[in-house]
Amino acid sequence: MPTFVRTDKCDGCKGQDKTACMYICPHDLMKLDMDGSETGHAMKSYNQEPEQCWECYSCIKICPQNAIEARPYADIVPLGASVQPLRGTDSIMWTIKFRNGTMKRFKFPIRTTPEGSIDPYGGKPAADINKIADNGFFVEANGYRAGNPSELIAK
Amino acid sequence: MAEFGKPDVVEEEVDILIIGGGMAACGAGYEIGPWLDAAKAQGVDIKVKLVDKAAMDRSGAVAQGLSAINTYIGSEQDPADYARMVSNDLMGITRDDLAYDLGRHVDESVHLFEEWGLPIWKMDENGERHDGSKGMTPLKDGGKPVRSGKWQIMINGESYKWIVAEAAKKALGTDRIQERVFIVKLVNDKNDKNRVAGAVGFSVRDHQLYVYKAKAILLVAGGCVNIFRPRSVGEGQGRAWYPVWNSGSTYAMAAEAGAELTMMENRFVPTRFKDGYGPVGAWFLLFKSKATNAFGEVYMDRNKEMLNDYPPYGQAAVPASCLRNHLMLKEMKEGRGPIWMDTVTALANLRETLSPREVKHLEAEAWEDFLDMCIGQCGIWAGENIEPEKKNSELMPTEPYLLGSHSGCCGIWVSGPTDVGAPTDEALGDGIPDHLPSGWNWGYRGMTTIKGLFTAGDGVGASGHKFSSGSHAEGRMCAKSMVKYVMDNKDLKPELDTSVDDLIEEIYRPVRNYLEHKDYTTAIDVNPNYITPKMLQFRLQKIMDEYVAGVATYYTTNEHMLALAEQKLEMLKEDALKMRAKDLHELLRAWENYHRILTAEAHMKHIQFREESRYPGFYYRMDKNFVDEENWKCFVNSVYDRTTKTWTCFKRAHKDLVDKSKLFK
Ligand SMILES: Cc1cc2nc3c(=O)[nH]c(=O)nc-3n(C[C@H](O)[C@H](O)[C@H](O)COP(=O)(O)OP(=O)(O)OC[C@H]3O[C@@H](n4cnc5c(N)ncnc54)[C@H](O)[C@@H]3O)c2cc1C
Ligand code: SF4
Ligand code: SF4
Repeated sequence: MPTFVRTDKCDGCKGQDKTACMYICPHDLMKLDMDGSETGHAMKSYNQEPEQCWECYSCIKICPQNAIEARPYADIVPLGASVQPLRGTDSIMWTIKFRNGTMKRFKFPIRTTPEGSIDPYGGKPAADINKIADNGFFVEANGYRAGNPSELIAK
Repeated sequence: MAEFGKPDVVEEEVDILIIGGGMAACGAGYEIGPWLDAAKAQGVDIKVKLVDKAAMDRSGAVAQGLSAINTYIGSEQDPADYARMVSNDLMGITRDDLAYDLGRHVDESVHLFEEWGLPIWKMDENGERHDGSKGMTPLKDGGKPVRSGKWQIMINGESYKWIVAEAAKKALGTDRIQERVFIVKLVNDKNDKNRVAGAVGFSVRDHQLYVYKAKAILLVAGGCVNIFRPRSVGEGQGRAWYPVWNSGSTYAMAAEAGAELTMMENRFVPTRFKDGYGPVGAWFLLFKSKATNAFGEVYMDRNKEMLNDYPPYGQAAVPASCLRNHLMLKEMKEGRGPIWMDTVTALANLRETLSPREVKHLEAEAWEDFLDMCIGQCGIWAGENIEPEKKNSELMPTEPYLLGSHSGCCGIWVSGPTDVGAPTDEALGDGIPDHLPSGWNWGYRGMTTIKGLFTAGDGVGASGHKFSSGSHAEGRMCAKSMVKYVMDNKDLKPELDTSVDDLIEEIYRPVRNYLEHKDYTTAIDVNPNYITPKMLQFRLQKIMDEYVAGVATYYTTNEHMLALAEQKLEMLKEDALKMRAKDLHELLRAWENYHRILTAEAHMKHIQFREESRYPGFYYRMDKNFVDEENWKCFVNSVYDRTTKTWTCFKRAHKDLVDKSKLFK
């Protein structure tokens, strides 16, 4: 399902030097057509290599204008379906439209803490340099599994 | 002013360089902070940089999210059980020291993910499942996860990578992170060719070349996809199972730096929902679905005697993944396809025991499994009007992928833990180059055979089944040992063995090829003086598919076909010097494909060297179509010589550190 950008919705991220979709695509596919020379639509983004799109939906989820959608790949999938998300801060909503018109909607949680709230070392101990060559990490989260020593038959 | 092909050069000297921004890199980025502080208190100030070709929020294999954490040991299982499972799934040849060590550490990372905000499904006292937003007891305090298998736990994982990256980015701070720089190669030390001294790459956004000097480097750039012709064609080609952006950089750059690779003959051929590559794990394990041939026969039952051909690996409670493919391929080859996932029966069976509310939840779970990690599969179901309770779906084995953290074990040979009974002195000789270390631990945990070069996750070979959580934990182990390495080597001054001018010359060659020759023809893509990265990739895929056991030959090859592949790959490697790049995006593609060629070559050489078919169902050498425990229950390792462009393959002895017979009782 390569992505496509709707001309009626994309605003080129308001002319910022970095658009959201370019920023996020792990495969460097989304590109802003500054002067319209590549698509005929100046200051709008497009997928420059649709046959390399993994359909990871990263660009679709991040676009502030909801301008990006995906079309199931034409060389494999019958026409007419769509799968579109709306990603909020704590959940994501999906709308799935079947070729035959059946609709399904789902909402799933995506995180239990506010975005940006992670305090990586808050309340955590300092590392003890004397333990740098030992097993375990600087912080114990009750997950170290020491194992039954008799299992190690070559020791 | 910098222009295309004439970049500004940014030179930076650091102590520790992390290449990649995926799960392993995020683990390292998190763990390293407090150790840096501790080192500083001892008077050692350590400078760190992390470089990712993409944006960490969504880079690597977890970009799309995941619906399960596949490695969680839990308090009820022993790391030894885990090491046994890893070994059996990979046909007996894995490093128990690495798997066991991972099993001890991995849950620590999972507990942090939950603390950071990753929703983890829970089971209540009545055995009912709840999604991870319900605020039930966290795992670290004894909360019960929903197991979709012995080792897997279910999550609401759409934002998995986003969350893990947030913690790593905050821990490191933005000054220590450089995104959108593609690392092309490692540079060895001028005074010691078995030591790493730096790495070089280019920005895909500006005309800038980045030259890093570093004492220690963590190379964690993921596994490799698209060296084989994918089953998808045309517009759908990007929809491989493995994310298209991991191009073998880890293996290729390590090999070129002289690091010892291991088990590069191993590959992973997942069986997935056809065309969309949707995951099957939850369907088999959580929804108890069965896979059948066209006549409704369960091939795992119908062909179960075939498992006896591969003792003991076929006789474990869960036979090795490749053998499950082996039984399925028989049906396909003998014309009893297509293969179906019987979702209709599975859901009907579940309906008999569940309340309507639970059934509705179940339907959502089935869709969420795809929406969290393989959205494209939903597009196919919607396009073909497939509702799983009404219509079954086809299964298909994919094209082969190379990776070391999922159900595969190719990668780099690394130093393991010292306290689990691993061999410390093995007789070298028998073709093992004598500059290589003996035994399974030679100093720093996670270090390769090149001094200062570390790896984790998909980079570490001969282990496997680490998955997202294990890759994170392995990255953390490396963070500690790299800090120790730098502290122990305070006075080391890395010096690059190649000049910056030579590096520019090499890296921007595709640009020069383009600028010099582009006006020779009217259509820029067809030109006798250069090859586009895209065509080069097609050529690579055709060679690998047709001669090195891709889907075209039902995963079969033999020594004669491999010999032809060898010749063709050599010419391809020569032609890689003639790749063109018309812009920075294409320069990225050019170097990704160069990494793919080296990775593919390693794969081919290892299959050629191992004179048996260790992974039936993943590949068959028809001239040696058997598993030979007597001669080949050993690691196949190799080193590459960058100057002569040649590979040396050799055996290393295998040893069990935990008792495998327990699997078969
Ligand atoms: C399809 C699929 C499904 C999976 N499902 C699950 C699951 O359900 N549960 C589970 O626990 N695990 C799952 N895994 C496994 C998990 O995703 C991996 O084990 C894990 O991501 C490996 O971590 P890594 O850091 O080695 O590589 P990755 O996370 O892939 O990271 C690689 C990083 O390297 C960067 N990079 C690549 N090349 C370069 C270069 N040349 N220069 C600079 N940067 C570069 C990339 O941008 C990326 O940041 C799945 C994997 C796949 C492929
Ligand atoms: S993120 Fe959306 S609005 Fe911004 S440039 Fe891309 S498509 Fe346009
Ligand atoms: S769906 Fe993913 S791969 Fe495709 S363009 Fe968007 S971000 Fe890139």
